[in-house]
Amino acid sequence: MAYSTQPIKLIHLIFGSSAFALLLLLTLGTVLVLWLNADIKATLSSSDWSIIRFTVSQAIVSATISVLIAIPTARALFFRNFKGRKFILTIMGAPFILPTIVAILGIIAVWGRSGYISEFISNFNINPLNIYGFTGVVLAHVFFNIPLATRFIVQGWAAIPIEHFRLSAQLGINTSGISQHIERPMLKSVIPGIFLIIFLLCISSFAVALALGGGPKATTIELAIYQSLRFDFNFAKAAQLGIIQFSLCAILGIMTVLFSKPVQFSSGLDIKIERWDRTHFRYLLFDIFILTFVCLFLFLPLLSIFIRGIIPIFSLPNTVWIAAFNSILVAIVSSIISIGMAISMSGLIVRVSHKFPITSQTIEIVSFLTLAASPFIIGTGLFILIFPYISPFTIALPITALVNAAMALPFALRMILPAMARAEKNYGKLADSLGMTKFSRFRIAIWPRLRRPVGFSAGLAAALSMGDLGVITLFAPVDVATLPLIMYRLMSSYQISAASGVALLLVSLSILLFWVFDRGGQLEHNIR
Amino acid sequence: MSITLDNIKLSHGAFNLTANLKIESAKKIAIIGPSGGGKSTLLSTISGFKSPDQGKVFINGNDVTLTSPSERPVALLFQDHNLFPHLSVKKNVSLGINTSLNLTETELDIVNKALSRVGLKNYDNKMPFELSGGEQQRVALARCLLRKKPVLCLDEPFAALGPAMKKEMLSLVKEIVESTNATLLMVTHQPEDALHISDETILVSGGIANIPENTSELFSDPPPELIKYLGA
Repeated sequence: MAYSTQPIKLIHLIFGSSAFALLLLLTLGTVLVLWLNADIKATLSSSDWSIIRFTVSQAIVSATISVLIAIPTARALFFRNFKGRKFILTIMGAPFILPTIVAILGIIAVWGRSGYISEFISNFNINPLNIYGFTGVVLAHVFFNIPLATRFIVQGWAAIPIEHFRLSAQLGINTSGISQHIERPMLKSVIPGIFLIIFLLCISSFAVALALGGGPKATTIELAIYQSLRFDFNFAKAAQLGIIQFSLCAILGIMTVLFSKPVQFSSGLDIKIERWDRTHFRYLLFDIFILTFVCLFLFLPLLSIFIRGIIPIFSLPNTVWIAAFNSILVAIVSSIISIGMAISMSGLIVRVSHKFPITSQTIEIVSFLTLAASPFIIGTGLFILIFPYISPFTIALPITALVNAAMALPFALRMILPAMARAEKNYGKLADSLGMTKFSRFRIAIWPRLRRPVGFSAGLAAALSMGDLGVITLFAPVDVATLPLIMYRLMSSYQISAASGVALLLVSLSILLFWVFDRGGQLEHNIR
Repeated sequence: MSITLDNIKLSHGAFNLTANLKIESAKKIAIIGPSGGGKSTLLSTISGFKSPDQGKVFINGNDVTLTSPSERPVALLFQDHNLFPHLSVKKNVSLGINTSLNLTETELDIVNKALSRVGLKNYDNKMPFELSGGEQQRVALARCLLRKKPVLCLDEPFAALGPAMKKEMLSLVKEIVESTNATLLMVTHQPEDALHISDETILVSGGIANIPENTSELFSDPPPELIKYLGA
C-alpha cells in the first residue's frame, strides 16, 4: 500500500493514542468502575429477574415484529415503481436524526389514551387504548426499527444480480419458486444480522423505557439503573445491574459481528428491477396494502408533531430557550470532540496499517466497544466514578457532550477513515514529492478529501447528541436541562401542548444543525 | 426457427434502437458493434425482457411481442450469474426441466447426460463456487440444452474466459446448435469469434440493427461503421 510508506510522526502518535486512550477510558474504564463497585456476590432478587425478563422479552418481540413487517415492505418498495418511492426510501434512512422523545410524543398522539385512534374508536363505545407498559414499549421500538430493517432488506434485494430475476423469468419459475430460490436465501443471510442489531438497540433504548415503561411490570435494566442512581443512591445495585446490561450487550454485540454480513450502503437503490411473475392483481393489492399501512404507521406520528406543535412553538417559556441553547452547545461540542477523535485515530491507523484489513477491524472493535458499553452504561460508570469527588450535577452538560461524542465515534470513523486512507494513497506521495510538510500537507493534500465525510459525520454526531435523552437524565439537576429533557419533564407533568411545541423546535433544530454541518462540508470544493 | 423484427423501435432515455430484419431458421448469427450501441437490447427484445415501443417480434411466424420470457422459444445465456449460488450443479441444471426440483429417475438421467455432454460428468454434486468461470458457463449451457429451446441467445457469455477456453466453448456451442438445428444469436466484441462460429453477422451501431450479412464477406469488405469500430 502506498500510504504504508508514511512515517509515524510524534504528532500522530500523541493525538491518535490520546483519542484511543480516551475511548478505552470511557468504555472499558467505566465498565471496570462498575465491576469494582458492584455487589457481585449478591444474588438477584425476583424483581431483578423480572426486570431482566422484561428487557429481553420486549426486545425479542419488538425485533420479531419489526422484521416480519419489514420483509413484505422491502419487497414492495424494491419491486414497485411509483411516485414517492424515492421519498419513502430517503425517509427510511432518516430516523437516525429524529430525536427519540419526539417520536414517542408523536406515537402517543396517535396511539395514546386521548390519541387519534382512541378518539376514533370511542365512537363505537370501545375503551381507549393503553399505550404504557409492554405494548407501548414494543410499539415504539417497532416504529423505530421498521425503517432500519426495511433498508437492510432492500439492500439485500439490491445485491442480487439482475440475471437471477431474468433467469427465473426464462425458466418460468413462479412466485413461490422465486421466493424459494431467490428471496429465502437472501433473507437467510441478512435477517440474523438485522434481528440481532434491532435486539441490541431495543435492549439499550433508555428513552423509550423511561417515557412508556416503568412500574413493576415494565422496567428495563437501564431504567432500573436510573432509579437506583437517582432515587435510591444505591450505587452497588446500579453497578450490578450495569454489569448485567453490559454482559447482555457484549454477548449480542459479539453475535452481531459474527452473524451479520457487511452490507454495502453505497449503491443500488435507484435501479429498478422488473419482475415478470408478480403481475397478478392480488400481489399488487397486497403491496399497496402493506405500503399504505407502513407509511401511515410511520408518517402519522411525525405529522402529528407538526400539527400539534406549530401553535405552541410561538409561546414557549424562557426556560425552553435556555435549554435550546444548552442543547445546541452540547451538540456542537460533542460533534467537535467526536470528529477530532475520529481524525486523530484515522491518522494513526492509516500509518500503522501496512495491510488494509486492519482499518476495518479497528472500526469493528470500536463499534463493538461503544455498542457493548452503551452511552448509558458509560454514564453510570462516570457517575459512580466522580461522585466521591465532585457533584455529578455540576458537570451534567460537559459529561453529556463527551459521552455523546463517544456514541457517534463509530459512525464518524466509518466515514472518515476510508476517506483518509484513500487521500493518503492517492495524494500522499505527491504531497511528499512536492515537499509539503506538517500542517500545510494536511491542509492542502488531505483535508479537501475529508471535508465531505467530516461534514456529514459532524452533522450526524450533532443531531444524535441533540436528540439524546440518556446520560443527561442521570446527571442533570432540576434547574438544568436540554431540549429532550425539558420535553420529557413537560410530558410527565401532562403539559402536552407545550411539549409538542418543544418537540417541533427540537426536531427543527436537529435537522438544521445536521444540514448546516453537512452543507459546510460541501461548500467551495468541487472534487469528485 | 426464423425470427422477424418488424419495424421495431425502442427508446430508453437518450438511447434508441431501430430494427427491421429477418433471421432465417437454423442460422448462426453474430451480433457485433460498439458498446452501448444496442446489442444487448436487441437480445433482450427477442427474449422478451424488453418490450418495444413500436413494431412486432415474430418467431416462427407467430407474434410473440406480448409473450412473457418463459413462454418464448428462446434460451438466453448471460455473461455472469447464470447459476444460483446456493444450488448444486445438478439442481441448477434440473431447473431446466422442473422449477420445483422434484425430478424423477428418468429426468435425473437426462440431467446427467446433459452434464456429460458439456464435459462435466460427475460434477453434479459440486457447488457453483467450486467451479471455474468456464465450468460455470458449461453448467448453464447444459441447462440450455435440456430446455430444448429452438433459439439460443448468448450475451457475451465467454467474454471473461481465456482465449483457449473460449475457443473450446465456442466449438461446443457450435456442435450443440448444429446437432439440434437451433437458431443461434451471439453478442461478441471479437471479429475472430464471429468468424469462428457464425454464418451471418448483424452490425449494431448508432441505434440501428442492420440486416444480417454473410460474416466472411462482411469482414473482408467492411462498411465504414465497422471499420471505425474495428479500428483497422
